Amino acid sequence: MAFDARQVMVNAWRRENGRAGVRNHVIILPVDDISNAACEAVANNVKGTMALPHGYGRLQFGEDLELHWRTMIGTGANPNVAACVVIGIEPEWTQLVVDGIARTGKPVAGISIEQKGDFETIRQASWQAKEFVHWATGLQKEPCPVADLWVSTKCGESDTTTGLGSCPTVGNMYDKLIPQGLYGVFGETTEITGGEHLCKARAATPEVGEKFMKVFQAYQTEVIEPHKTSDLSDSQPTKGNILGGLTTIEEKALGNLEKIGRSSTYIDVLEPAEPPAKGPGLYYMDTSSAAAECVTLMAAAGYVIHTFPTGQGNVIGNPIVPVIKISANPRTIRTMGEHVDVDVSGILRREMTIDQAGDALIDMICRTANGRVTAAEALGHREFVMTKLYRSA
Amino acid sequence: MSIPQLLVHDRRDNVGVVVVEGLTAGTEMLCVVTEDDSDFKLTAKADIPIGHKVALTDLKAGDTVIKYGEDIGRMVGPAEKGGHVHVHNLKTKRW
Repeated sequence: MAFDARQVMVNAWRRENGRAGVRNHVIILPVDDISNAACEAVANNVKGTMALPHGYGRLQFGEDLELHWRTMIGTGANPNVAACVVIGIEPEWTQLVVDGIARTGKPVAGISIEQKGDFETIRQASWQAKEFVHWATGLQKEPCPVADLWVSTKCGESDTTTGLGSCPTVGNMYDKLIPQGLYGVFGETTEITGGEHLCKARAATPEVGEKFMKVFQAYQTEVIEPHKTSDLSDSQPTKGNILGGLTTIEEKALGNLEKIGRSSTYIDVLEPAEPPAKGPGLYYMDTSSAAAECVTLMAAAGYVIHTFPTGQGNVIGNPIVPVIKISANPRTIRTMGEHVDVDVSGILRREMTIDQAGDALIDMICRTANGRVTAAEALGHREFVMTKLYRSA
Repeated sequence: MSIPQLLVHDRRDNVGVVVVEGLTAGTEMLCVVTEDDSDFKLTAKADIPIGHKVALTDLKAGDTVIKYGEDIGRMVGPAEKGGHVHVHNLKTKRW
């Protein structure tokens, strides 16, 4: 009998716009780098809130500024966020972020620092944040099918065991849940190099395949060619990848693509941090392969759980999205076990099938949605990293 | 089934991956092709770390290396059957 994920229920927070969230954060969101200090002070004053400091937001322009807004607004709009206080240096840009988040219907307030100073800003924002915490902590979870969640994927510190074990585990999960209505997403444009023909072939239509190839070619001509010194051999594969047995970018790409499973085709190609808009299914997002940047972009697009295969042991987390680590490398399980949520090293010993590993991951997704803290959350990994397209003005 | 020392993705591949720690030269490895669960034996010619690749046949400079049934690059130095294939003798064709 086919796996019926509609029967598998989790408890989640149903947000004002109908989306299901698995965390109930009240976040203090800085519009720009110089508002980090005020946000951190508010989060210190009001327990149960979290500041999301980052490095940008001033003097950006054009497409780079648009991406900054998408990331800011998308982060606040994510269903794992119950309510949001936005702090920026200037009122106009602060309001722009507030208005974007408010479109979800969730509570959001904006406070700007100019003509007020940090003290008065922190005072006003702290009162507001405290009200939000009281309100958010009174919200109740509701039963919801696991396939109502949006689940992203990106691997890191890959080695040859990711292609054999942890990436096919994610692929098996997608093969089971996407036909039931799950939203999935994968990306990492540089890491498709060498497998671009295979990735193109997994598009749902020739038009979507062409859209992918356009994004892939743009990366080669606009980023790699103008900026490379010799080649990408010092960065792709990384030193960690090579230590783990990977040799060429092609080998890395083929392992990476194991994450999308056997049956799903991607139905659209998204800009970085762009929310999917063509209904349930698998999407491709144009992202860097750097873990924190990629997961931040996927969270900003609205994904609420991230599945992260690792071989040599990447330790990344995200402030608002639980990141589930899956590893098949027995050495990593032994030396870095505190970072691993799902141990699939049995695949290498032929004691566990990919099908069983996929079920174990679905079980961990359910437990995480129901409140189990991931390894990255327990260890305080909150990497929130903006993608910057070019220098500021 | 016993625990394999080497896994191979696809029957067309000419390299496999060491999946145990501390593999030493001279070990007769149980090799399993994950595609169809078929198996064969191969003797390791070097101490090869977990995750690293082993040549399934004699490979010489210029040969294309196949993994996942796909081209992953070319040999820039030799590797005998059972020998270590890594960045010292395998490079991308792209960059």
